[in-house]
Amino acid sequence: MTTLENISAPPLPAKKQWPVLLLHNIEKTYGMGDIAVHALDDVSVTIEPGEFVAIMGASGSGKSTLMNIIGCLDIPTRGRYFLDGIDVRTLDDFQLSQVRNRKIGFVFQSFNLIPRTNALGNVELPLIYAKVGKVQRRKIALDALKRVGLSDRTHHTPSQLSGGQQQRVAIARAIATNPSLILADEPTGALDSVSTQEVMDILNELHDEGRTIVIITHEDEVARHAHRIIRLMDGRVISDVSAPPSGPRSVGAITA
Amino acid sequence: MNFESVRIAVQGILSNKLRSALTMLGILIGVGSVIVLVAVGTGSREAVARQFESLGANTITVNNARGQGGRGGNRGTQSRAVQLKQSDVDALLKIGNCPSCKAIVPIVTAASTTGTYDGNTYTPQQFVGTTEEFGSVKNYPVSAGTFLAKADIDDRAKVVVLGKTVVDNLFGVGTDSRSVIGQTVKFGNSNWIVVGVFAPKGTNGNQDQDDIAVAPHTAVQDNLTGGGVFNSLTIQAISRNATGSAQAEVTAVLTQLHPTSNGSSPFTVQNQATLQSSQEKSAKTLTVLLGAVAAISLIVGGIGVMNIMLVTVTERTREIGIRRAIGAQKSHVLSQFLIEAVMVSMFGGFLGIAGGILGSQFKIIGIQPSVAPYSVVLAFAVSLLTGLFFGLYPANRAASLRPIDALRYE
Repeated sequence: MTTLENISAPPLPAKKQWPVLLLHNIEKTYGMGDIAVHALDDVSVTIEPGEFVAIMGASGSGKSTLMNIIGCLDIPTRGRYFLDGIDVRTLDDFQLSQVRNRKIGFVFQSFNLIPRTNALGNVELPLIYAKVGKVQRRKIALDALKRVGLSDRTHHTPSQLSGGQQQRVAIARAIATNPSLILADEPTGALDSVSTQEVMDILNELHDEGRTIVIITHEDEVARHAHRIIRLMDGRVISDVSAPPSGPRSVGAITA
Repeated sequence: MNFESVRIAVQGILSNKLRSALTMLGILIGVGSVIVLVAVGTGSREAVARQFESLGANTITVNNARGQGGRGGNRGTQSRAVQLKQSDVDALLKIGNCPSCKAIVPIVTAASTTGTYDGNTYTPQQFVGTTEEFGSVKNYPVSAGTFLAKADIDDRAKVVVLGKTVVDNLFGVGTDSRSVIGQTVKFGNSNWIVVGVFAPKGTNGNQDQDDIAVAPHTAVQDNLTGGGVFNSLTIQAISRNATGSAQAEVTAVLTQLHPTSNGSSPFTVQNQATLQSSQEKSAKTLTVLLGAVAAISLIVGGIGVMNIMLVTVTERTREIGIRRAIGAQKSHVLSQFLIEAVMVSMFGGFLGIAGGILGSQFKIIGIQPSVAPYSVVLAFAVSLLTGLFFGLYPANRAASLRPIDALRYE
């Protein structure tokens, strides 16, 4: 069985470190012929380790499609995608599962915790699939829950937790396997302002620790935390701006 | 395939207890009915075997009159006129006449003969007059005293050997068989001395075999029935395979002695071995038939498993998507649902075995079921395979879901 370790990196210009994410001329087309819909059209993005990037766009802009491709849940019609130096296009289903398990930590809008399974069980889940031993697994999961401030909620099931708490469990799950990339899809879309602040604080802290974070959002409030904002419209990148976080961005900066 | 998959599967089963229980019920009924119905078939076969065993091994029976519903009416008067007598027995015993016969036991039955002892009265189901060979041919060993001796027959002695039921009724329940020996019981108008008590045989499925009194046929003919007529002859062949030739020889001798107008035998000559094998065959057919009916219910149960697993997969599509997104392999999802299906049918199978064995303790349509070990093993194995077979499609469907579609599923 092929494991991630022996998938050789493709021939790319010699570099000290691979970008976490390298999207090159990505196209995604749904349907064929006259009814073909170009969800993504010639998207090229490079994200280096330690970046905090927000991908923004109105609905229909192709940001969900991009998120699915970045998350290895979908494959591009054309173009190449390197995740941590791995050419995702060449991977089979088994290897894609491994990539999702080891390289990507998902945070979803609707939390997507496994129902009737307590917080600890949910955080342990990716570690089970990564074949981490029971004792170590528990230790990592408890550490991750501590990291998001939920040490006292380890045995609560999702239905016993508030939305903010559920999303923090989901973040703990996302960081459990120590992935190269945390991929958050509208992480605060279902949360009130207080919980939103909590979740964004945690993401900021994770970024400060050196983790690479990509947030897909349509909220400026959320995007403001990022250090780089990529805007999509009609499947194309219309702006890619690096800016210090916090300060509200002017309309001029976006279209620059 | 590991402990985690089992844990997840158990969680899946427990998350909807009623539905899991109903699904198990389908398998339970399937497995249980296979066991019970095969047990009924086996039980009826054993009953047939017991019945024939009690009639005596390797025997053929000659009956005085033809059974009812025979061919035509032309022999009606004739058959009543021709009766088995000592002369027939002597002819059969004549060396060379019936080389396949080992023993010839004439039987005369005294109907409704009431016995009296110390104020107790009882009418045995059978009061049989016969010879000293009856015990060995008909398989009636004594537990106390002795069986009839040749001298008793020749002396026309009024001695009697009683079955356990008769002893219980005349001397009181639980009477020691040995204490009965030498006592005098009044049968009809004469006094008979008890010389032996039969070992209990129990029922043969139709009648209590211990409800019997046996005496020398000479004495019975003298005191109870009158005349030198026998009701039937039981003839033991030299081996089971020789019953056919014995039947032919006996028929030939008797037909020669009592010629009939149409050349047919004047008596009914029945071969137990052929009768037994044909009845065993029909009992076997019954077993197969019942087993097949039960197997259908097991398949229906299996379809129930499949149905529920499909519902479960649909219901948990999103969960499958989450698991796949965070790194579950197809094989993880497959084994999770397959184990769930197999566990449901396995538990159902266990309960079905318990239910089937329990149900087999009761008499069903007059037959005491006898649990066949092979049916238990078979039913359980089939229930496992059912889970595997009917779980495979839903599990495979779950595993083949594209993670992205599964995640989007609402």
